[in-house]
Amino acid sequence: MSSAAPRPRENQGAPHPRIDARLKVTGEARYAADIALNNLAHAVLVTSDIARGEVTSISLHAARSSPGVLDIVSYEDIEGLRKPRLSNSSYTSLRPLHQRTIYHDGQIMALVVADTLEAAERAASRVTVEYSRQPPAAGFDSPGTTQMDAAGKVALLDEDPCVGDFKKAFQAAAVKIEADYATPQQTHNPIELFSTTAAWGDDELTIYEPTQSLYGFRAEIAHQLDIDVAKVRVVSPYVGGGFGSKGPSTPRSALVALAARRLGRPVRCVVSRSQAFTTLPYRAPTRHHVKLGASSAGKLQAYSHDAWELTSRLDNYAVGGTDTTARMYAYGAVATHVRLVKADRQTPAYMRSPPELPYMFALESALDELAYTLEMDPVELRLLNDTQKDPISGKRFSSRHLKECYEKGVTAFGWKKRNPRPRSMREGEWLIGLGCATAVYPTNVAAATARVRLESNGQVRVQSASQEIGTGIRTVAGQIAAEQLGVDLANVTVEMGDTSLPAAPVSGGSNSTASVCSAVLLACEKIRARLHKAGSATPSVKNLPKLFQKLGVGVIEEYGEFIPEGVPPEALQKLYAGQTTMISGSERKRAMFAFGAEFVEVRINERTREIRVPRLLGVFAAGRIMNTRTARSQLMGGLIWGMSAALHEATEIDPRAARTVNRDLQDYLVPVNADVGQVDVIMLSEVDTEVNPAGIKGLGELGNAGTNAAVANAVFHATGVRVRTLPIRLEDLA
Amino acid sequence: VEQFEYRREANLERAIEAVRGAQDASAQFIAGGTNLTDYMTLGVAQPRILVDLNELRERFGRIDSDQHRLRLGALVRMSEAEDHPLIRRDFPVIAQTLMLAASRQIRNMASLGGNVLQRTRCEYFRETSWPCNKRRPGSGCAAFDGINRQHAILGTTEHCIAAYPGDFAQALIALGATVETLGGPSGPRTIPFAQLHRLPDDTPHLETSLAPGEMIAFLNVPTGPWTPRSCYVKIRDRDSYQFALTSAAVALHLEGDIVQEARIALGGVATIPWRAHEAEAVLGGRKLNEALALKAATVAFAGALPRRHNAFKIPIGQQTLVRALLEAQRMQVLT
Repeated sequence: MSSAAPRPRENQGAPHPRIDARLKVTGEARYAADIALNNLAHAVLVTSDIARGEVTSISLHAARSSPGVLDIVSYEDIEGLRKPRLSNSSYTSLRPLHQRTIYHDGQIMALVVADTLEAAERAASRVTVEYSRQPPAAGFDSPGTTQMDAAGKVALLDEDPCVGDFKKAFQAAAVKIEADYATPQQTHNPIELFSTTAAWGDDELTIYEPTQSLYGFRAEIAHQLDIDVAKVRVVSPYVGGGFGSKGPSTPRSALVALAARRLGRPVRCVVSRSQAFTTLPYRAPTRHHVKLGASSAGKLQAYSHDAWELTSRLDNYAVGGTDTTARMYAYGAVATHVRLVKADRQTPAYMRSPPELPYMFALESALDELAYTLEMDPVELRLLNDTQKDPISGKRFSSRHLKECYEKGVTAFGWKKRNPRPRSMREGEWLIGLGCATAVYPTNVAAATARVRLESNGQVRVQSASQEIGTGIRTVAGQIAAEQLGVDLANVTVEMGDTSLPAAPVSGGSNSTASVCSAVLLACEKIRARLHKAGSATPSVKNLPKLFQKLGVGVIEEYGEFIPEGVPPEALQKLYAGQTTMISGSERKRAMFAFGAEFVEVRINERTREIRVPRLLGVFAAGRIMNTRTARSQLMGGLIWGMSAALHEATEIDPRAARTVNRDLQDYLVPVNADVGQVDVIMLSEVDTEVNPAGIKGLGELGNAGTNAAVANAVFHATGVRVRTLPIRLEDLA
Repeated sequence: VEQFEYRREANLERAIEAVRGAQDASAQFIAGGTNLTDYMTLGVAQPRILVDLNELRERFGRIDSDQHRLRLGALVRMSEAEDHPLIRRDFPVIAQTLMLAASRQIRNMASLGGNVLQRTRCEYFRETSWPCNKRRPGSGCAAFDGINRQHAILGTTEHCIAAYPGDFAQALIALGATVETLGGPSGPRTIPFAQLHRLPDDTPHLETSLAPGEMIAFLNVPTGPWTPRSCYVKIRDRDSYQFALTSAAVALHLEGDIVQEARIALGGVATIPWRAHEAEAVLGGRKLNEALALKAATVAFAGALPRRHNAFKIPIGQQTLVRALLEAQRMQVLT
């Protein structure tokens, strides 16, 4: 296995351990729901048992007389909340408790507040709700869904990318592939549960909540409560995993704040694991119809991708991954079409690599099928169709080292030893399969701000309201300041996770490291400029006292504002008002993406068909790597999650009731340690001066894009069975 | 969780009386608590009195053996039994069923007596808002036409298809264990382990033959020429921390390759711990090879009734048994 602290190559930062590692492993790090408050009351959600219908009556009498109960917020007496604004700051427009209509399983019916968590839970179990029921549509195959085109109706897809005459090109192609693929619903299930703690002081509100978007969350909460945004402070010291689920706000938070205001006491609500399956968003299931046409030599000539994504009745949400897949290879003609399918479900939302995970599964599986039809090595097929130009826009990639990733991976993985014939490799009763696929993620950047303060003794403080969601952002933001100001990382304090700090964008779209580090870099450059005036070319701890004396100051503090090229300057005001302005890798003057090549070995018992994954390898080129340790950790996590998406995860929906059936971590499968074999990550040296001042391409969501296809391709190689619907389970091979 | 009374009882008679005397059978024994507290949290179990037996560990927490039998106290922790050198050597199938269950943390808590009584993982049983004949007699079976990948194909009725989830019980039923109980209506008794669990029939809410207040005291496993050559194969999606999709506990007495006696139990596929007598009969007196193993496996699943998502349990269950039989045959056993 590769070292946990890979030696940095050129343009890669030192593998400093996380600056908060000790706090985390010793339990000293306080998460939002760990923060002690005086006189805290506890709230529990009551949720619906049906997915569609009307509430005819709600009986609160037994719950109100339950010991310890302080208040129950329900239909009967709610007032003062405005409707959520569907956006990156709220995943849904549903305002529970304000209408009797039920739109999804597990919709919030009441919030019960009591002295203790146990008392609140007991009282909540005594609330009874009567419904008039209507038959719900659970998913793609249910009667009663409606369908619409996604382009222009959803945030992530303005238009369906198309180029050339697909029909003609496909017809003329010598070799054709046409197949249907499907990915299941996934539920984020971060280990840190979702929670809200609301404390009012006069008319000012402090909310402690794990969020991936402090400023976005604050603005949305202020809107829903109809109060001045300046009166709200959001504190989110650490986030124990979010994966997108803690990006947008959810209706629970404002309800808890309302309950705290009514009660005149701080209120905390920790959502149970089971209720998180229905009161929080999820990754929508998707369906795909892909056509590939190629010359007999394997040159791609035509690619079409029709996709369907499930969403709620109320909201239009789709990830539109064709915006990425259409730019992957030199296809010739491209036609894409994404549709929404509306059902009686809660609204889905972003989950790690939202567009790439499902759409790359379809594309990279289809390429593997094409390679077999052509009797061509799947790596060779991808390299033959590699391109330095985005086939949709004609723009050049700012940098693209996919070829180098594959070349390195072929050697490191021992790909040449692979006998391409399915079912040709085995050890005893275990069939062995080797598969590969391409990883990709757009280089998104957003407007961001940071404040950096340097003292004459070499102490540095970095402040930015970014969110430590486990990526190591605190560490890398500290590293860039240490490097710029010539001090040790040990002398740098990094403050994040609080709206009293300078605004930072949502931790989503893998933009944070690039955006926040660029803002820190700009602030440091200002400090350096001032030191330069005092006569220092390169600052160091030794010469600081003299320089400060010359300048006649005790501290130097500078504020950095980063506005990416292509983003209008008002993005900063918007950022402070809670709106991240992110520009995607396909919208810049060059096409900007990070790439990788992933290789998977599977072993499948020939008798009993269980699938095991002894080896995963990812070779990535993602611009400047800030810290090889934290980067490797993220990419490893991505590979493992990609495997999980291929083999384990699926939220099961009962088609009769449109209700979630598996609602705990025993029945919602994710890999355990025993399922994770050797995981190797290689980060190639790549210099890209165009992406942003820091030269960074976000990699948090790169690792799990394509992995599911690599696993499926390996399963085909092992067994000769092509499974096009995830997750792949042993019964698919029986 | 509804409020309940919790009592730690060091006196056996008082412990039994506390449970037997409860008005509406709402008192329960608790030992490791890994299964019961889970179901209390879900609202499936709502005992009013919990009588903690852990003070009785000195008496019921021992592992003893002689040349005829292994005697396991009901309060022995799963991890204690799996670590026991004699069990590992002489009763490998018992050690393996324990080691492949749950997680070590859970096994450090869970008692053997509680383990055999663990309740199904049927998702529709666990979530109280669904109809479930086991939880609310007469309300219907939501799993029958629902998501039923995990569910049973043997011993089912239209009233219940919930699978018995445990592993250890498969070893016990295969080896012909007996259960010593205390506190039953007519005093102490010993019953075959095979009579402990009840088929669902039309009363799936009645899961065992134990009377209120009757507690498992000991599990006795007779030694036989088949016990050292025994193993457990457990098939699941992930490699740990998952209940069996299919499993097979096998013990063989071989003379050369001729089967003198075979003991077979099947897990993950049946509503109760499942002894496959017909399959055993196929093997008896014959030379064990792949073809014979497959024949026995086919017979073992002859009565299977699959539902929409669990038909795979027939071929995979058969192959699980074939694997276990051939694995047991390959074992190096000192005689």
